[in-house]
Amino acid sequence: MSSPHPRSAAGAAIVADGLVKHFGEVRALDGVSFDVPSGRVLGVLGPNGAGKTTAVRILTTILRPDHGRAVVAGVDVVAHPQEVRRRIGLAGQYAAVDENLTGRENLALVGRLNHLSRADAATRASELLGQFHLTDAANRPVRTYSGGMRRRLDLAAALVTHPPVLLLDEPTTGLDPASRSDLWEVIEGLVSDGTSVLLTTQYLEEADRLADRIVVIDRGLVAAEGTAAELKSRLGQTRVALQFASVDLAAAAAHALGDFGAVHPDGDQHTVDLPLRGGASTVRDVLNLLHARDLEVGRIDLHEPTLDDVFISITSNGGRS
Amino acid sequence: MTAATAMALPSHPPMSEPGTGFRWAVRDTIAMTGRNLRVMTRLPQVLVFSLVQPVIFVLMFRYVFGGAIQIPGRDYVDYLMPGIFVQTVSFGAINTAIGLAEDKNKGLLERLRSLPMSRSAVLGGRVLADTIRNVVIIVLMILIGLLVGFRTHTNLLLVLAGIGILVVFGFGLAWLFALIGLSVTNAEAAQAAAFPIMAPLVFASNAFVDPSTMPDWLGWWAERQPVSKATEAARALMLGGPTAGPVTASLLWTLGITAVLAPLAIRRYRRS
Repeated sequence: MSSPHPRSAAGAAIVADGLVKHFGEVRALDGVSFDVPSGRVLGVLGPNGAGKTTAVRILTTILRPDHGRAVVAGVDVVAHPQEVRRRIGLAGQYAAVDENLTGRENLALVGRLNHLSRADAATRASELLGQFHLTDAANRPVRTYSGGMRRRLDLAAALVTHPPVLLLDEPTTGLDPASRSDLWEVIEGLVSDGTSVLLTTQYLEEADRLADRIVVIDRGLVAAEGTAAELKSRLGQTRVALQFASVDLAAAAAHALGDFGAVHPDGDQHTVDLPLRGGASTVRDVLNLLHARDLEVGRIDLHEPTLDDVFISITSNGGRS
Repeated sequence: MTAATAMALPSHPPMSEPGTGFRWAVRDTIAMTGRNLRVMTRLPQVLVFSLVQPVIFVLMFRYVFGGAIQIPGRDYVDYLMPGIFVQTVSFGAINTAIGLAEDKNKGLLERLRSLPMSRSAVLGGRVLADTIRNVVIIVLMILIGLLVGFRTHTNLLLVLAGIGILVVFGFGLAWLFALIGLSVTNAEAAQAAAFPIMAPLVFASNAFVDPSTMPDWLGWWAERQPVSKATEAARALMLGGPTAGPVTASLLWTLGITAVLAPLAIRRYRRS
């Protein structure tokens, strides 16, 4: 007897293969592929309108793709959507809780709609309220909750059935830094318990902290993919900026440091910029040379490439980098 | 990584309960109905406000205009109240649109779509809860009617049948408003879209006045349209007179509205 379900990549929690989705003339997704290995976190990064939410909606069976295939927790999302829904949790920006119900009632309702018995739904609701530090607010209507409490409840609602795969669509958008870091800890806890996570975000810091791998989506296409470190290394090494007291000094220093690849940018005439090719010894050599030539440095800055640099460079030049 | 999809590994077997059968559809619909009713009790002002407008109409037509309106063979208050009941149900149905538009706008429908629940329970639960709400509101309006001199002239069974006609009519309308609620982006838009549809139906009807006093073209429509037929049926059942014709006409209208609009609303829900 053959299995009714398509086969998935070994150990993959999510496989998206050539997803295409058009809304009229708008190509929300234009052939996007990625995967999330079991127990790992994939960060999907991209500006607003890049197609992140469309991808999540396809993976959670809310939308059907025009083309391409997606397998979540070993199940094809188009062929067996109801089976997929049993194995996933969805939370984030667009998934919501009922403001007029209490936190406890929200979780119990989600439990019932996941076909838990009344008693099991109630027990699970209490467990989650405790785990997410919402016990004190459990019997208050959600409209009295703070933004951070709402997001925690929203995440709790996604976890009612202990799903092996969690999809978080911009889970911390609009939260204050303290609530954000709270939520990060919760997500890290889930991952350490073996949950696989796909996380969309606009915050590079969030992807940097939570994601094992990152996919950058821009205009419906995958513009870049790799670990945070790999993406950063694409932008080259750390750079050193040397500041001088005058334009003449800076020009002379740039000339003297030609062998180091130093440049004297037009826009900032007191500064000389050079790549840190050999680490700390480069800094020593540069300073010795300048000292020998009597060119006094006012200030030294080191610039690490950030994911922001990567993001901006990828999404502003059509993915050339 | 796409090559990896070809790698074979046994996938999870399907769980024993598909969660899509009739039994689950009923259970999920009950869960959603319970949720909607609970939300109504959390917002008692909504129920109160949906009574304010009909009460104002009762007072206005009973005491202000009523003296100027002659209905042969009947006290005007008796003629008026069944019309008020239909008006209450008709404008109350707008809440179906508001409720759904709100759930959509707040992202709740999105979450519900990601759950392994029955696909029909969201609309079913909405319409069922609004129907239960209608029963409560009609009973309250009958009590208010009794206070201003309304008296039924048949027996309890027929009066209950009259309430039944109103509730069934409300059920049909709920599908119209479900379709509206799912087609707009928020509660305000739902309200704005619903009023222009309901106002001509409710006012160009026999709910408050005899259509024979209207211009011929309007009177012709006012005699035949669904609000008038529901009013006529409720009057016949509560006040007396031939019931078969108006009751049949009202049920046919409701059936027609439901048959056309329920599938459209369901399709809209599936697609949106």
